[in-house]
Amino acid sequence: MYEGAVQDLIDELGRLPGVGPKSAQRIAFHLLAANPADVRRLVDALTQVKEKVRFCRVCGNVAEAEECRICRDPRRDQASICVVEESKDVVAIEKTREFRGRYHVLGGAISPIEGIGPDDLRIRELLARLQDGAVTEVILATDPNLEGEATATYLARLLGPLRLRVTRLASGLPVGGDLEYADEVTLGRAFEGRRLLEA
Amino acid sequence: MTLVALYRDEGVVLRTQKLGEADRIVTVLTRGNGRVRAVAKGVRRTRSRFGARLEPATRVDLQLYEGRNLDIVTQAETLDAFGARLAGDYPAHTAGAAVLETAERLTAEEREPALRLYLLVVGGLRALADRRHPSRLVLDAFVLRAMASAGYQMALESCTRCGAPGPHGAVAVAVGGVVCPRCRPPGAATPAAETLGLLRALLGGDWPAAEATSERVRREGSGLVAVHLQWHLERRLRSLPLVEGG
Repeated sequence: MYEGAVQDLIDELGRLPGVGPKSAQRIAFHLLAANPADVRRLVDALTQVKEKVRFCRVCGNVAEAEECRICRDPRRDQASICVVEESKDVVAIEKTREFRGRYHVLGGAISPIEGIGPDDLRIRELLARLQDGAVTEVILATDPNLEGEATATYLARLLGPLRLRVTRLASGLPVGGDLEYADEVTLGRAFEGRRLLEA
Repeated sequence: MTLVALYRDEGVVLRTQKLGEADRIVTVLTRGNGRVRAVAKGVRRTRSRFGARLEPATRVDLQLYEGRNLDIVTQAETLDAFGARLAGDYPAHTAGAAVLETAERLTAEEREPALRLYLLVVGGLRALADRRHPSRLVLDAFVLRAMASAGYQMALESCTRCGAPGPHGAVAVAVGGVVCPRCRPPGAATPAAETLGLLRALLGGDWPAAEATSERVRREGSGLVAVHLQWHLERRLRSLPLVEGG
C-alpha cells in the first residue's frame, strides 16, 4: 500500500477494464514521472470526453452534437441503414470505405443468459426511423457470434412485414488465413455463401 | 521438471465472458469433469484457430491443461454446433439459453461430475436444434428432468407430504409438488388437471400427450416449472422471462 494520492490513483486505474493491480501501479508511476504538461493533456482529454461526448439522437453513435457526423452528412445514402451492436463497429465499417449509407447502433446484442432482451436495445428507435419509407435496405451487421446471429434473426423477423430489403453481412474465411484452420461452422458458411467467378 | 497436467474431455459450452483484449473465459459442462472454467486465448480474433468452436451451446471435444485458477484450452474440435443451428430460430434460441443457464446453476461446485445432467443438456439442445417438438415444451421437459437428477423431482402422483396416492389437484412448490387436501398448505396453487397431466407427460417423455395440450395448459405448466426451478435454486434465472413460446 502506498500513501494517499498515489494509492488513490492506483485504485482508480485498477478499476479500468483490462488493467490489473500491477499494470495500475506501472501506469501510476509513469504518470508520476511524466511531464506535467503531458498529464494535463490527459486530464483535459478525460474531462472533455465526459463533458462533450453524447449519443446521436438519430443513430445512437457517439457524437459531439445532437447528431453525429455521419447523420449530418447530406452526401450519405439515405436509403440504407447498417445496424451494428456498438459504436466501435461503425468505425470498423467506415474503415472499409464500402458503405455510404447511415448507421443504427443497437447498444449491444440480445443475450437471454445475461438478461438482455429486445427491450434493452435501441430497436424501437430503429423501427421509428423506418416509418417514413425513405429507407429501402437494412443491413444487419451484428457480430457473427451466437448473440449477434440471434439478434439478426429477431430483427429479420420483426422487419419482414415492412417490405424492406433486409440483408446480413456475409460470413466466411478471413483473408490471409489458412483453410485448414477454419472451424466447421465458418467453413460451412463460406460454402453457403460461395459466389460465381466470371471468366 | 514439472509435468503439465493435460486432459481431454467433451463438453457443452454454457457461457463465455470476454477477458482482456482478445481472450475469453469459457464455462463448459464436461462429460467427465463436471463444470469447468477455462481460458481460450485469442478466441475473439477473426483468425483464431478456435473460431466458432467455443461459442455457447456448442458440443466440443476439448484438450485442456490445468491452470492454477482457470484451465487453458489448447485444442477444440466441434462435435455438434447446436448454437449455430439455434440462432436461426429465435424461440429455440431463447429456450436454449435457459437450458444452458439452468445447467450452470444446477452445478454449484466446479469439477463435480454431472454425467446425467450433461446427457440431458445434450439431449435438450439436440431436440431444440432439430425442431423435434415445440421449444417451450422441450425446455420444460429439460428443467423437470434436470431438477429430478439434482434431487428436486417435482412430485406429481402421490401427496408430497403424507404419500397418500393421487391424483391430487393442489400443487405446493415449497413442499415439492402435489399435496392432498389434508396436507395442503395455505397459498398452494390449483392448476387444471390437464396441466398436471402435461407435467407428467414431460417428465416421462410422453411427447404425443404433451403436444396434444392447449396453449393455455402449456402456459400454466411453464409457470409451475419456472416457479419450481427458481424456488429450489433460490434465485431467479435471467433468461426465463425472455423465453419465447414456440
